[in-house]
Amino acid sequence: MNRGDDNVPAPHPPASARSCDRCLAHAWLLGELGGHLEAARGRIAQLLAIDDHELITATAHNRAPELRRALAGFDPAAARERSEAVRLESICRCDPDYPRRLRALEAPPAVLHVAGGLDRFLMLTADEPVAIVGARRASPYGIDVAHSLGRGLAGAGLAVVSGMALGIDSAAHDGAIAARGATIAVLPCGADMVYPQRKRRLHEQIQATGSLVSELPPGARAWRWTFPARNRVIAGLAAMTIVVEAGERSGALLTSGFARSLGRPIGAVPGRITSPQSHGPNALLAGGAYVVRGPQDVLDHLFGAGVRRSPAGRKPDLPPELRVLLAAIADGYGTAVALERAGLAPQQGLAALASLELAGYVRREAGGRFVVRA
Amino acid sequence: MLARVSTFAIDGVDPRHVSVEVDIRAGLPSFTIVGLGDAAVRESRDRIRAAILNSGFKFPERRITANLAPAFLRKAGPGFDAALALAILAASRQVPSDALESCAVFGELSLGGELRDSPGVLAVAEGAHRAGLDSLIVPRERAREAALIDGLRVAGVASLQMAADVVTGKASAEAMPSTGPASSQMTSAPGPDLADVRGQTTALLALEIAAAGGHNLLLEGAPGTGKTMVARRLPSILPAMNRAEAIEVTRIHSVAGIHADGLITTRPFRAPHHTISSAGLVGGGVTPRPGEVTLAHHGVLFLDELSEFQRTSLEALRQPLEDGAVTIVRAQRALRFPTRFMLIAATNPCPCGYAGVEDRCSCGEMDIRRYRRRLSGPLLDRMDLLVGVQRPTEGELRAPPVTDSAAALHRVAEARSRQRRRLKGTAARCNGEMDARAVRRLVHLDPDAAEALSRAYAVGALSPRGRHRVLRVARTIADLEAHERVTQSDVLTALSLRQRAGDETALAA
Repeated sequence: MNRGDDNVPAPHPPASARSCDRCLAHAWLLGELGGHLEAARGRIAQLLAIDDHELITATAHNRAPELRRALAGFDPAAARERSEAVRLESICRCDPDYPRRLRALEAPPAVLHVAGGLDRFLMLTADEPVAIVGARRASPYGIDVAHSLGRGLAGAGLAVVSGMALGIDSAAHDGAIAARGATIAVLPCGADMVYPQRKRRLHEQIQATGSLVSELPPGARAWRWTFPARNRVIAGLAAMTIVVEAGERSGALLTSGFARSLGRPIGAVPGRITSPQSHGPNALLAGGAYVVRGPQDVLDHLFGAGVRRSPAGRKPDLPPELRVLLAAIADGYGTAVALERAGLAPQQGLAALASLELAGYVRREAGGRFVVRA
Repeated sequence: MLARVSTFAIDGVDPRHVSVEVDIRAGLPSFTIVGLGDAAVRESRDRIRAAILNSGFKFPERRITANLAPAFLRKAGPGFDAALALAILAASRQVPSDALESCAVFGELSLGGELRDSPGVLAVAEGAHRAGLDSLIVPRERAREAALIDGLRVAGVASLQMAADVVTGKASAEAMPSTGPASSQMTSAPGPDLADVRGQTTALLALEIAAAGGHNLLLEGAPGTGKTMVARRLPSILPAMNRAEAIEVTRIHSVAGIHADGLITTRPFRAPHHTISSAGLVGGGVTPRPGEVTLAHHGVLFLDELSEFQRTSLEALRQPLEDGAVTIVRAQRALRFPTRFMLIAATNPCPCGYAGVEDRCSCGEMDIRRYRRRLSGPLLDRMDLLVGVQRPTEGELRAPPVTDSAAALHRVAEARSRQRRRLKGTAARCNGEMDARAVRRLVHLDPDAAEALSRAYAVGALSPRGRHRVLRVARTIADLEAHERVTQSDVLTALSLRQRAGDETALAA
């Protein structure tokens, strides 16, 4: 699904020329250091701010002399070729078009490697991108909310930024794609790599309609330190960061921490106080984060109340008996009781539930229980 | 002197004619049995010698050669004892050999000369009838079973002496048993009834649809919600077996040695434990024995705790489910066991088991998906219906039962007769067996129903296969409701009982 961007000659000089030699060398060094940075992953944001030679001295230990020699002999032309070979474009922080929000970071990525077209990426980041992040181990409720937020915000023309991880992240991307909107995935590995492997199809979809971004050189693998590093880029790119579900130690809280230190607004989706996955967002709310009940809350906050509208999920109108049934399900009654309250016989009841499900009002969960959709 | 006696080997669950030939001639006294017998057959030499002597006959002290023909067929078990003994008596002129020509003999001997109970007598009787023999000598305990086959004179005998008397004509072949009342009446023994179930309205509805259309059913619910209770009541609302089916079931159970007496008239309900091996489930072993799927032939196979079964066992269910028979190959020979059964399975909805019960579930979406992946895809593909089973409420427990088995059975029978009329001329006997072509040709939707179905397909709630399943189920619901064409409500009900699609986040509003 090419939109033709790849076929038309770019008006700029060849895309890879937008990264300077020094920045490319830095990106290359990050890839080379790899596991050497693991020990310092708790302070990765500070660590990435120091210059190449100090970084080698601080982390590379006995490989330091070898890396210094390699750095001195670094061949930027070869690095550009490697990028082009896997169809990545790049932009470095010396370029005036470099996403301005990222410059606010203590250590903005030296180079952004982009799959899916650099022009598209720069256009998407120029508006007000919103990050939707959360736990890998998400509940059906979280998946549902993330999907509907992604759909609503992308439908309103915003770019949805996330990390393509399992759970909430992927649901947010999926939602944006479902609305035929744009989405940006920031990866913890080279932008040409699929991580996690199971999201190959999502990777392809985003490449076709959005952007995949990484500060690591092509082919770089993910390390434990690359996840928090990636999270700082997500927070840096986004005008607002929303946490959907996150356990006490979720990386999503790291992302919201970066957003907070940048002084950017943070939103959180309230959850049940008994659910471990809602611990993170509820704690953020207690600390003053904005309550996000749907895409409109986000739009109101970013642009002022009622200025931009989320395209309403056009759910069809319901006949009265289905409205009663929906209300009973919303009250949390089990299927049998909900049907009884709506005065429906079992067979009519099953048909009514299917109608509600098809109209997008309810969702059937494992165990046969129906719940109201976000 | 040479003598021949007919008997039958059980090959899987089918009888194979075996001719027992005994040759006695001058030479050093010896007794050999040739013709691919197993250890039990080789040991029968000692039993036969003792039985003959203890029955007051003489054991010829000459060179005895016995052959079990055809020689290529492996013969297992002690069921050839009686035939071998009578052949020796005939070859040594202690009984007239011409009287044995139209008679088959089957049974194990004890050292004292008694005929012992031997499994598989009904299969032998069927074989004898098919081979054109007119009488059959079997152990007395099994005479009623053999007498289920019409046109065969059955002699139930207690000992080798009595068998010899029957052959010589001193005792009448028909004197012993008679075709009991069990063979003419097809009443089912009272099993557990639907009236015992409180609440569970949707599950019972799904059960009735499953019974009416022969659809396989998956019950999903937390521990203790009543999945097993519902499943056990499926046989009570299935139409009674006809005589041919009953005889087939009795034959299989007789071969497996798990059948007591007379004709089995209730549909089998088999519920193997989840630790069962794939050989136990589909049949196997060095001498292939019928597995649970064959024992459930014409009945119900219930797999409780579906996710706990070994994957290999579940994958092995594929052929029996698709072909209605399973083929087991042993030593260049393929055995076919019939396996037309209804599958009903129960599973917890998630690893902790409590998804859908207030807030007790602590599983993430990923855990639930991983758990469901453990259920075999090909197997789920054959499950037309999925229904959630929830704990009945206090009110439901106090309320009168929703329905009882007699009423449900009546509705099922009506629906089945409508299906039979429609399916005449196709391979399917009920809606659940319709293939893609039959569905296209025979399932007609009214416009509203077609619109609902295409909407469900458009929003990604259905896979192409899932769409087929919904059509089959909707046709059955329409049959229960006596709708000529499938209505929108039939389709919606079928949709509410469909399986979850792989990734339902795709279901956009």
